[in-house]
Amino acid sequence: MKKLNLILRRAAILLFTLFSFTAWSQTRTVTGVVKDATGPIPSVSILEKGTTNGAITDLDGKFSLAVGSNATLIISFVGYTTQEVAIGTQNVFNITLLEDSKTLGEVVVVGYGTQKKKDLTGSIVSISERNFQKGNIASAEQLIAGKVAGVVITPNGGAPGSGGTIRIRGGSSLNGTNDPLIVIDGVPLATSGIGGVANPLSLINPNDIESITVLKDASAAAIYGSRASNGVLMIVTKKGKKGDKLNVNFSSVLSSAQAANFLPVLTGDELRSLVGSKGNVTEKSFLGKENTNWQEQIYRSAFSHDENLSFTGSVNILPYRVSLGYLDQNGILLGSNLKRTSASVNLSPRFFDDHLKIDVSYKGAYNKSFFADEGAIGAAVTFDPTQPIRTDKGRFQGYYEWLDNSGKLNTLAGKNPLGLLNSREDVSDVNRHIANAIIDYKFHFLPDLRANFNIAIDQANTEGYVKKDSTAGSGFPFGTNNVYTQARTNKTFEGYLNYAKKINNFDFDVMGGYGYQDFYYKGVNDFKGMDGVVRGDTARFFTIPLEQSTLISFFGRAKIGFKDRYLATFTVRNDGSSRLAPGYKWITYPAAALAWRMSEDGIGKGLFSDLKLRVGYGITGQQEGIGFYNGLKLFAPGGTTAQYPFGTEYISVLRPNGFNETLTWQQTATTNFAIDFTTKNERVSGSIDYYMRKSSKLLSIVNVPAGANFTNELLTNIGELDINGVELTLNTTPVKSENLTWDANFVLAYNTNKITKLTLVEDPNFKGLEVGGIAGGVGNKIQLNTIGSPRNSFNLYKQVYAENGKPIEGVYVDKNGDGKINSDDKYLYEQPDATYTLGFTSNLSYRNFNFGFVLRGSVGNYMYNNVYSNNIQFSPSGSYLNNVSPNVLETGFRNGQLFSDYYMQNASFLKMDNLSIGYNLSSLFKNKFRAQLSAIVQNVFTITKYTGIDPEINGGIDNNIYLRPRTISLGINVNF
Amino acid sequence: MKNIKNLILCGLTLALVLFESCVKDLDRKDPYNVTSDTVYSDPASYRALLAKIYAGLALTGNQGPDGKGDIAGIDEGFSSYLRNYYYAQELTTDEAVIGWNDATIKDFHNMKWGSNDGFLKAMYYRIFFQIALCNEFIRETTDEKLSTRGLGSDTQIKAYRSEAKFLRALSYWHALDLFGNVPFVTDKDPLGAFLPAQTNRAELFSYIESELKAIETELIAPKLNEYGRADKAAAWTLLAKLYLNAEVYTGQKKDTECITYCNKVIAAGYTLDSTYDNLFKIGNDKSNEMIFAVRFDGVRSKTWGGMTFLVHAPVGGTMTASEFGINGGWSGLRTTKDFVALFNNTQSKVDSNDRRAMFYSNGQDLEIEDISEFKQGYAITKYKNVDVTGKAGSDPAGNFPDTDYPMFRLADVHLMYAEAVLRGGTGGTQAQALTYVNALRKRAYKATYTNLAAITLNDILNERGRELYWECHRRTDLIRFKKFTTGDYLWQWKGGVKGGKAVSDDLNLFPIPASDITANPTLKQNKGY
Repeated sequence: MKKLNLILRRAAILLFTLFSFTAWSQTRTVTGVVKDATGPIPSVSILEKGTTNGAITDLDGKFSLAVGSNATLIISFVGYTTQEVAIGTQNVFNITLLEDSKTLGEVVVVGYGTQKKKDLTGSIVSISERNFQKGNIASAEQLIAGKVAGVVITPNGGAPGSGGTIRIRGGSSLNGTNDPLIVIDGVPLATSGIGGVANPLSLINPNDIESITVLKDASAAAIYGSRASNGVLMIVTKKGKKGDKLNVNFSSVLSSAQAANFLPVLTGDELRSLVGSKGNVTEKSFLGKENTNWQEQIYRSAFSHDENLSFTGSVNILPYRVSLGYLDQNGILLGSNLKRTSASVNLSPRFFDDHLKIDVSYKGAYNKSFFADEGAIGAAVTFDPTQPIRTDKGRFQGYYEWLDNSGKLNTLAGKNPLGLLNSREDVSDVNRHIANAIIDYKFHFLPDLRANFNIAIDQANTEGYVKKDSTAGSGFPFGTNNVYTQARTNKTFEGYLNYAKKINNFDFDVMGGYGYQDFYYKGVNDFKGMDGVVRGDTARFFTIPLEQSTLISFFGRAKIGFKDRYLATFTVRNDGSSRLAPGYKWITYPAAALAWRMSEDGIGKGLFSDLKLRVGYGITGQQEGIGFYNGLKLFAPGGTTAQYPFGTEYISVLRPNGFNETLTWQQTATTNFAIDFTTKNERVSGSIDYYMRKSSKLLSIVNVPAGANFTNELLTNIGELDINGVELTLNTTPVKSENLTWDANFVLAYNTNKITKLTLVEDPNFKGLEVGGIAGGVGNKIQLNTIGSPRNSFNLYKQVYAENGKPIEGVYVDKNGDGKINSDDKYLYEQPDATYTLGFTSNLSYRNFNFGFVLRGSVGNYMYNNVYSNNIQFSPSGSYLNNVSPNVLETGFRNGQLFSDYYMQNASFLKMDNLSIGYNLSSLFKNKFRAQLSAIVQNVFTITKYTGIDPEINGGIDNNIYLRPRTISLGINVNF
Repeated sequence: MKNIKNLILCGLTLALVLFESCVKDLDRKDPYNVTSDTVYSDPASYRALLAKIYAGLALTGNQGPDGKGDIAGIDEGFSSYLRNYYYAQELTTDEAVIGWNDATIKDFHNMKWGSNDGFLKAMYYRIFFQIALCNEFIRETTDEKLSTRGLGSDTQIKAYRSEAKFLRALSYWHALDLFGNVPFVTDKDPLGAFLPAQTNRAELFSYIESELKAIETELIAPKLNEYGRADKAAAWTLLAKLYLNAEVYTGQKKDTECITYCNKVIAAGYTLDSTYDNLFKIGNDKSNEMIFAVRFDGVRSKTWGGMTFLVHAPVGGTMTASEFGINGGWSGLRTTKDFVALFNNTQSKVDSNDRRAMFYSNGQDLEIEDISEFKQGYAITKYKNVDVTGKAGSDPAGNFPDTDYPMFRLADVHLMYAEAVLRGGTGGTQAQALTYVNALRKRAYKATYTNLAAITLNDILNERGRELYWECHRRTDLIRFKKFTTGDYLWQWKGGVKGGKAVSDDLNLFPIPASDITANPTLKQNKGY
């Protein structure tokens, strides 16, 4: 390190000598303090205008700078309006910077470059650290929940690190993924999951993230071509800046989480009385004497902590940031835990007067996950509450389990919830390393020309195992000893040239580049019983899956601005993929956008400081849903447990697979109209977007004519889906004074979708494709994709009710009037996606206090209550008892009526995600350090008519989710 | 400056070289699955491809018991050929009811199925999956193609080819019987984007007949092929079944032809197994009664359909799973009191003398008020995963049975012979018919057996019920006797009412799945759907 320092110093001296001619004759020294509404701001850049002479404020916001006699100071800091102050005769300055997320000069990350916010022509929203959600957050996407209009983050449940499902403008796809592309520090990540972690983003420490930028419309995202249809999430990690003094930041968040509420079930006494009145002799004989509340047994109060330590600074030409993080998150379900150790290093050396910029970045994480058997959640709802937790018999590790009439374990019955949790070990170790170097060179002979290379490797290695002893009820009869490893290596090389030039009133900015990405995956699955015997298929291709794909791209962008008010952007990307058949590999994605800064032409000048009209159109693709080696007629060898005997010889089979060589990526054409505005007093800014997304060539699994191929269903580019929406963003500062500032951010989005095509040939009798599998029976699906309706519309029988308002069991409306009730009588009823989503963020700061909350709402989303519909019979097979939903007492149903629309409910909701109070300690410890204390409550309350446990479940089918806990956290953040 | 220029030049050259090699990376090859060239040049592949066609009757995919399914759109365990064939042939009749809540499964017994029924769809696509595999095999094993690959003298591959033709005829017969007017595809048709034209029952009948007759000489002689593979007798049995039902399929009786082929089978040396029960246990592959079996193995041929279903689904209530060689029952299948009554010697008592009356009544009610309740309706203990000594099969977990499924066995041929004679066919005698039937009854009776002196056609139907129940013959038999839809014979919950009711004759055929009409708009739906 010392040696490095020495080298760097020498380099710095050399550079200093080289460029010292820029030094100015200095005549006087000015000092001052830079503050914002909450206090002094460190690291603010103070620059003497027209020179490279500058200084940085210290921890107390103080600066000192020798300047020329008639100098003007330029005071700038990210997230604040830049000020210019002529020094005049004054020598001491108290400068108050205005916090400003609306800053038009703000630089926003776009694909392959950055742009000033005022020059943007696409729908791009950037959320920086100070606007992130706070608290016990393990996964990056949760930082922006409720913050961006049209971006819906639905939590995947309460398991540690489980993260959320991200939908930008509702996605664009029918059967493919609707997940956006995620780009971290310029590296596009693979969309595939990583084994052994609940969510790949949990391998990025949210504390290292500086900003998250969402590219929403096609004109912004099309530069990512075949992966951009669902939008792009660009994550930028924190870096050091040239001239930074060493800043050490330590933060710690301590959290306690508990289940906010339990699902109502019958108590032991209630079940005894129900079985007592309705059951037969055998069933009554099954009743136990206990009153076990299984849900109380499986959940716990869970403590978590998250520590982060970072060093940011700059050694001469080498700005750096190094951080370490440790997260230990307990889930409320017994035994679930995530431990993440993370490290990140960002080095940003600048050479030759910033001609050569290098950004080396490393992000490493080691996640150790303890997964609880989530089957216990459903089991706790259905397991007989009249039974004890344990027996003294010693079998099944002491847990009570149902037996069959020969005294063996009853394989049909559910298993003891606590037995499930405590008898299983499910542990994984995942290491992920993302390393990249971005080399940006501004040509010496032509400074308008820039070359940029990004070389990256993203490697994730998983080792995990699942163990269950054969003595456990859930391990019967041989136990489980499954060991798995996975290795994913994704390599990226991208390079582009960028030429930017201002000629008279025209601004030109042209970029062209090439990209190569390779995705490699190999796994080893060693699945055995505890006795060491392999019972699954041992064929190599099942035990050692192997996949590799490559994406090669050419991309370009041209921006033309005239008089800073008429802006046009054209982008194009040509993607070639190894996953498509020869002759179908290459596809081009174009986009164009125009913007007019009307305010510059004097329109709305009285009201707005900035008023911009944007129109964009583009075509993007979506790269998931097609296997790695599609389009070829391939013969698949069969495994060792799917052989067929001829005589005494067992033959390994060979099957020709169905194939479709014409497969290509889906295509989405998006048109976007928008107005961006900032009011004259800069108190209100925002935008209104209207978009039309037309997805075509959607991958749809359709029936092929029987006999014409080696399968009955084939992935085909056939569907068309229209998505329309309106988005409103309002950023306001209703109050702003010396001591009190109130920022309020409101986002509202309207989104609808309609399937317009699903079959090759129009067929009026075509009902649609069934989707939405539910629990209860096997293969039951309650949603339908059909022409003219939103995707995943619920498809059920219309329940008939008695005069007393009770549903009559098994009686449905004969919709088609043919005198019989069969699947032709199902009708479409509502859909799971919200029509309106909204978010409201409020931050109030008064002196050293700040108070914030985030509200998130969803209107028009419906839910099928599968917990109600599936827990009806207390004795489904006559050999054991189940608990039932209290709903049965209302309906009086005897059998599952899985397809009744009685179980549909409006699941619109309003949730308070986050409530926080913070106190700024900077004035208490003079000159030493700045500290902030905070108290945060997450999942504060939910207002909904939905009667299940949580109205927010992706897909609209509620079947025993891992409860999202209510979390209370205390945080401290210290800077020195 | 010059250096920088050189550097850039070098960089660009490097980039170009890199690019050339990179573009090749777009041709990634599947590390495990192989292409046509590799497959058809290797003689061993043909055996593996043929095994897949046979396996298509038993298993659901390339990974046992599930994971790489052959057909899609349905739970893999539900996609089993045999399981859906059982649903269609048995759940629709007096012989079986099922208590589960799976999709439209209750529509079978209630006779309410529609063209969107998932199980019927699975049956239909299973049939055409088999046909597509057979077509591919036959297309790729023409004498011409084999000789260009240097395999022209491989007699084994030619034997495989005739078996592929048999298997295609078998599946087309199922299509003919269940769906009637189906799309017609042969090895002469292309693969991929084309719309197969619809055929009708009469044409399909002639096609199956001509195919079977054509391979009659090519197939390996009875009982000389590897067990599990079809021989001449399998083709003869299929021809007999085709002819016995010819009037249903074409309006023309072919009972004489039926007798001809029954005689060929009987002359081939098959004998009735001495113990009826053993035909449905492990070891039934050794039985000299078996003509064509679908094979299963607890370790190497696993499925959630087929025999796994047939052994597990009828076990529930107070039955003891271990007696069936399995780890637990699925509490699904039972039978109606009307079927139980076939065994009555007095008004309500089951004839305990008949070994074939394998009913389980302990804790079971005879009457069915609610099909969902396993305890309503007698259970049946016919299929077991134990050998004759009671020892359970090879799967130590007790999931997957070793028992084979008897698709064609001699008893069926006996009864076909007798029925064809009674229906007026020539080439057989009444006396011989009686002998054949009495042989079956004698085997079944524990004691005090007296030969029947005469039989009527209706006795044959009842005897077929007693002898062959749950072996997927019942629906075809009831249709041939005009009792499937009519008021002639009512069983509990026929037509969805407790006492049973007559339903439309259109239900004698299942609908063409709506999904295939969408995919292939040249198809016309069967009448009444």
